[in-house]
Amino acid sequence: MSSTTDRGMAERGMGFGLRALNRLAGSDLLDRIRLRKQVERALFQSTKQGFRSATAANRTFKAATKLGRPARQPRAKSSGLFDITPDDEQQMLQEAVGAFAAEQVRPAALDADAKRETPKELLDTASELGLTILGVPEEAGGVMPERSAMTAVLASEALAHGDMGIAYATLAPGAVATAIGLWGDADQESTYLPAFTGEDVPAAALAMLEPRPLFDPLKLDTQARKDGDDWVLDGVKSLIARAKDCELFVVAADAEGIGPALFIVESSTKGLTIEDEPAMGLRAATTGRLLLEGARVPAAAIMAEGEREAYVECVDRSRIAWCSLAVGTAQAVLDYVIPYVNERTAFGEPISNRQAVAFSVSDIGIETGGMRLATYRAASRADRGDEFAREAAIARKLCSDKGMQIGSEGVQLLGGHGFIKEHPVERWYRDLRAAGVMEGALLV
Amino acid sequence: MINLETPKKFGPLVSQAHQVATEVFRPISRKYDVAEHEYPKELDMLASLIDGMNEGSDIGGAGATGVRRESKDKDDGSNRNGSNLSTVLGVIELCWGDVGLLLTMPRQGLGNSAIASVATDEQLEQYGGKWAAMAITEPEAGSDSASIRTTAELDGDEYVLNGEKIYVTSGERADLVVVWASLDRSKGRAAIKSFIVERSNPGMKLDRLEHKLGIRASDTAAFILDDCRVPKEALLGSPEVDVKAGFGGAMQTFDNTRPLVAAMAVGVGRASLDETRLRLTEAGVEIDYSRPALGQSAAAARFLEMEADYEAARLLTLQAAWMADNGKPNSLQASMAKAKAGRMCVDVSLGCVELCGAFGYGENELLEKWARDAKILDIFEGTQQIQLLIVARQLLGKTSAELK
Repeated sequence: MSSTTDRGMAERGMGFGLRALNRLAGSDLLDRIRLRKQVERALFQSTKQGFRSATAANRTFKAATKLGRPARQPRAKSSGLFDITPDDEQQMLQEAVGAFAAEQVRPAALDADAKRETPKELLDTASELGLTILGVPEEAGGVMPERSAMTAVLASEALAHGDMGIAYATLAPGAVATAIGLWGDADQESTYLPAFTGEDVPAAALAMLEPRPLFDPLKLDTQARKDGDDWVLDGVKSLIARAKDCELFVVAADAEGIGPALFIVESSTKGLTIEDEPAMGLRAATTGRLLLEGARVPAAAIMAEGEREAYVECVDRSRIAWCSLAVGTAQAVLDYVIPYVNERTAFGEPISNRQAVAFSVSDIGIETGGMRLATYRAASRADRGDEFAREAAIARKLCSDKGMQIGSEGVQLLGGHGFIKEHPVERWYRDLRAAGVMEGALLV
Repeated sequence: MINLETPKKFGPLVSQAHQVATEVFRPISRKYDVAEHEYPKELDMLASLIDGMNEGSDIGGAGATGVRRESKDKDDGSNRNGSNLSTVLGVIELCWGDVGLLLTMPRQGLGNSAIASVATDEQLEQYGGKWAAMAITEPEAGSDSASIRTTAELDGDEYVLNGEKIYVTSGERADLVVVWASLDRSKGRAAIKSFIVERSNPGMKLDRLEHKLGIRASDTAAFILDDCRVPKEALLGSPEVDVKAGFGGAMQTFDNTRPLVAAMAVGVGRASLDETRLRLTEAGVEIDYSRPALGQSAAAARFLEMEADYEAARLLTLQAAWMADNGKPNSLQASMAKAKAGRMCVDVSLGCVELCGAFGYGENELLEKWARDAKILDIFEGTQQIQLLIVARQLLGKTSAELK
């Protein structure tokens, strides 16, 4: 780096500190004494303090009318026949979301990725389409008469065809509404669901993932300690969509004497801090960390009385949700590369006339098909009340492995052009890696 | 509503097929793998039983019988689960037992599929109840079946066939052989027709039986056709050489049989996975679906990966069959299923041998046999590469001249 640039940056108010840092970074002394990693990490830690912020102030969540007992969406009924056709309502929603994705989401995706922000109009339109309340029971103001994991999968897939990062940003509050609709008690439903069924849907997050290798949602580092009647939460949650705007969290924590469980935590609770956490992809979702330091919530904040089955179900349902995003994004890759390889010529003919190119397109098509069917199977089992842990795990494995391959092939087929932000395939390459990384955060 | 489970009404069929696989196929599986070319006489009684099942029910039986595309007068939006799906489900179960034995099930040959798919009602009447093999491949024409050299010349009321056919599954044991031959080699693929030849026809001479890597219970024959005369009525489909319609007529059989071969691959894949899971459990390896794969043992993670590929192949196969039941064009999905299932069953069965070590590799168990059987499923009825070509041409909108 030239010293002019150094000086330029320094003069823009960064001061001596940055220049010193640059000199330090350029020195091979660090490498020789094997200190680089430690120093870099220390630097990262000290810099990011600057990006820390308090959580957003939450609105007052208040019950308008109390439900006598928790409202639940009834199981979906099946004729017992094999069928891959969405029903009429699902098709209507698919079409509406598909049009929204094509006309508004895709055109906004490049900018949203660069700015790390999803435009408010898109968030509002997604709420208007009802995407965040598919899991809310009708008695609690929802729109779906039956369990709707399958419907949510179809809608999420259609939305992610527009953009995965924007899909994450828009669907994240729905995870909280769905969690409360599935496992909330009458008080929790009465208190929190009206905010989601109203016009101004709050930013909210199902915070499960933690920043460590080999993260296992059944073995959480985040602890919930019993203190009198209260629970006191400590830990760090990762890659939360629109973290700094969130007014409500459902936090996964290891509850003392119970095991992993979900807790409702309002954003104004003391002991919460947000830290910016930009990542490889999903950038339109403005991902951040939630730091919980002695965050105290009442005894009633625990969901489903800490039942393990509910928590495991939550883990599995969120995996299906991420699969649906991967399927939509993989389909976007396929739909994008087909005209490209047909139009791009080399050696006097379209590159798609070559088997090496054409077979790669076939594989994207085949694996996307497998990912989609596995995801549908898991979701439809969930709606009927059948066991679906195995099906969710299989869908996740496919969407993680094949999704990543498809992201890579998408860039490869465009060659150098694929590496440039002029084409969306580089974004899909980054986004598709998320399907195997994310836990929680979305729910169907 | 979307539901990807085995339809309730096919439950009894699946369980019957599974019983046959367990009680009839598995006990003689090794016997006929070792005694290649010996006729598995145990199957005669079973075949009669299955014939009985076919007549007594509308669910199409459990074997590789014909697959007739359901034609719907109008798309009324109703959902059908018919013989394509039930056949695929039955084949999966039977091949979980033994794919070689399924391939040599009396009266369940691929020739039967061809006859059932394109025969006229008169031909169905005449040849029904017989066992029909299929003869397409020649020494110089494999995947490129349009370049076959066997000729058929009209002479009065008879066609005279001349040429050489290899890789005829059940060629020795069948009653009939459906032979592909060209009416006019200058007219290319449009002139290729299939002819039903009685096995007893003196013009069709058995040349040899092959010694194979797998599916050794099933005989694979080579024939010489030397002035082999068949009646005019033995031609399947239309005798017109319609250059515009091209290869469609003859290839239609493949659209219908690809999901069946995919189903065979799914069955073999599951046999390997079921056995391996059992052995891994005995060895203390539990597969936990709620834990991330990478947080478990390497063996469990590998198993999950293979099981995921298996499931993708299985669902693609059911999808292709379901589409045929509902009169939806399924050529793309049939090839996707065949491609995925073919490679899955090779990867999975070989992977299972690795996971089980010497136990998997040795002949005391069937894992090594399934790994040998698997390979043919990625080859016959269209190799992996041919399937990828078909898929690519459809996705990219290419002709076979553009994408070779």
